[in-house]
Amino acid sequence: MKGGFLDNLGKVYGIYTGTFIGFVIFLAILEQLGVPNKIIGYLFVFMTIGIYALIGILSRTTQVSEYYVAGRSVPAVYNGMATGSDWMSGASFVGMAGTFYASGYDGLAYALGWTGGFVLVAVLMAPYLRKFGAYTVPDFLGTRYGGNFARAVGIIVLLSCSFTYVTAQIYATGIITSRFLGLSFEVAVFAGLVGILVCSMLGGMRAVTWTQVAQYIILIIAYLTPVVILSAKVTGVPIPQIMYGQVLQEIARLEQTSEFLATVREQNLFHTAPFTRMDPVNFFGLIFCLMLGTASLPHVLMRFFTTPSVREARVSVGWSLLFIFLLYFTAPAYAAFAKYEVYANLLGKPITDLPAWVAIWKNVGLVTITDIGKDGLLHFADLKLNNDAIVLATPEIAGLPYVIAGLVAAGGLAAALSTADGLLLAISNALSHDVYYRMINPHADTARRLMISRVLLVVVAILAAYTASTKPSDILSMVAWAFSIAASGLFCALVLGVWWKRCNTPGAVAGMIAGFGVCMYYLIGTRYGGMPEWFGVKNISAGVFGIPVAFITTVVVSLLTKAPSQEMQQLIDDIRVPRGETFIDREKNALAGGH
Amino acid sequence: MSTISPEQARAHWAKSKSLMWISLAVWFVFSFGIHFFVKDLNAITFIGFPLGFYMAAQGSLLAFVILCFWFAKRQNEIDEECGVSED
Repeated sequence: MKGGFLDNLGKVYGIYTGTFIGFVIFLAILEQLGVPNKIIGYLFVFMTIGIYALIGILSRTTQVSEYYVAGRSVPAVYNGMATGSDWMSGASFVGMAGTFYASGYDGLAYALGWTGGFVLVAVLMAPYLRKFGAYTVPDFLGTRYGGNFARAVGIIVLLSCSFTYVTAQIYATGIITSRFLGLSFEVAVFAGLVGILVCSMLGGMRAVTWTQVAQYIILIIAYLTPVVILSAKVTGVPIPQIMYGQVLQEIARLEQTSEFLATVREQNLFHTAPFTRMDPVNFFGLIFCLMLGTASLPHVLMRFFTTPSVREARVSVGWSLLFIFLLYFTAPAYAAFAKYEVYANLLGKPITDLPAWVAIWKNVGLVTITDIGKDGLLHFADLKLNNDAIVLATPEIAGLPYVIAGLVAAGGLAAALSTADGLLLAISNALSHDVYYRMINPHADTARRLMISRVLLVVVAILAAYTASTKPSDILSMVAWAFSIAASGLFCALVLGVWWKRCNTPGAVAGMIAGFGVCMYYLIGTRYGGMPEWFGVKNISAGVFGIPVAFITTVVVSLLTKAPSQEMQQLIDDIRVPRGETFIDREKNALAGGH
Repeated sequence: MSTISPEQARAHWAKSKSLMWISLAVWFVFSFGIHFFVKDLNAITFIGFPLGFYMAAQGSLLAFVILCFWFAKRQNEIDEECGVSED
């Protein structure tokens, strides 16, 4: 059965994609027949969550390697799709285009940072971690820097960056489900939680992998459809990523000429002008932190533990980035088309006579209008759009039927659920494998380890859902910090662990603590302690300080203390070549030999 | 499965290291280098876009994708040349 599934992946997901498109067409027909929007919203949410749950149940497993690394049997292309949806969160899906809308060129720091980091994953990390053969990222640290202390520090950094992140994902599922099902936010959060748990609890990494592939397919269809149709309507060509160049020219023309865009000229808010909302130090600092953070976030790195070989791990990073690229290079097009629509067709209109979509999103608070000039006409400064409004409102801006809005909601839900799954698994695996099995009870049998892992998964999920249900505004702004935290705490220890043999335990541990410490000190100090910014660097780029501190500390302390043992140096040599058995296999064989 | 001699391993690592530096140099150019000149590049129009904007919104991203695949291909070739690839 299992072999059958892996041999027929193309067919299985091909049928799945076809069925999904058929389902969307079926709902479109229902809508034309007069079925109310609310029912269509329900069908979308329940059908898609139902599919994910079904995949989760079919992929249930009782084997440790299946549970932790999907049996190391995920082909490069599919791991690429799974990584794509693991990576792209609810915020990327609904919020990123809005950031580009609001910040113009300067917002593109996110597009650069969240894609370029994968080059570092491919070149510096993934193949070596795959060869090492760990189940988790702290597992690598614990072995390379022999001892539970390095492992424990790794776990603390992992928990710090992953928990706020997962809370935000559950928050996003709550927002989307409550908006489309009309449930209260708190109820919707726990409904979303059930969706997340059925995917991951029974089958661990194996279930999460195959669910994430399914979620990627839905999210990319949902993201591309509205903007492709909008592009066809506005420019006559359904390739928004190329056609928005013309739209940018129109925007630039309006920015210079329209009397309703006077504020844009006064405050220098031109769409393509660089460094007007972010100075170069923060722009490049943010790119730096997001890239190194990408290459350090455990839930991303562990996806590359699941490929059948080192060779496939490398190629798989390329596929991951390609699938992520498809969304990220479309997001600026969304922003441009929405901006053109607002500038060309909305500004200058009487405020009492705006299109219907404005009123719809005004009701849910994503659009606010205040007549500052009191002339009854809409000016640039009168209109405030929430970042989430751009993607969510595009179907209505394009005048598309409700079924497309439902599709977008299903896509946003897929993006949030898939990222939450990956993060929860990273957290619970670190707790069950590294804390429980490696540190507390190394003699625990398989059944017990998996039991503990599942229980922890549920506990962490409920804790995150509870935190999300309190609508903690701080947690949301802290998500962007996760990248600086991961980069400051883990990047140096992971990279030098492979690339510098002389790097030893005291050096790496001191580096992790110093980098993580400086980063947290800066984040908390500037946010809560009223500490002034250093060199004007915003705390979102705190890694600018944490990362160099980690490197300097690691190098200095390593050189002042003894070189790693001969055995450890041999281990590093082994990691560097693809051939040969993984560390975990060797450990297993040694155990088997001992009995 | 044959074992790997120390010479093989050394040659392989030397080549891997130089590939790593080349890849990181290209990465640096597309992550930071060209964006230092965004203002000058914006004076040029490329398929309708100001070029500086285009590079941050699409050009660099595309370069990263190509770089990842190219790196994987080159590194696999190095592994085979040096006889250390997986069987």
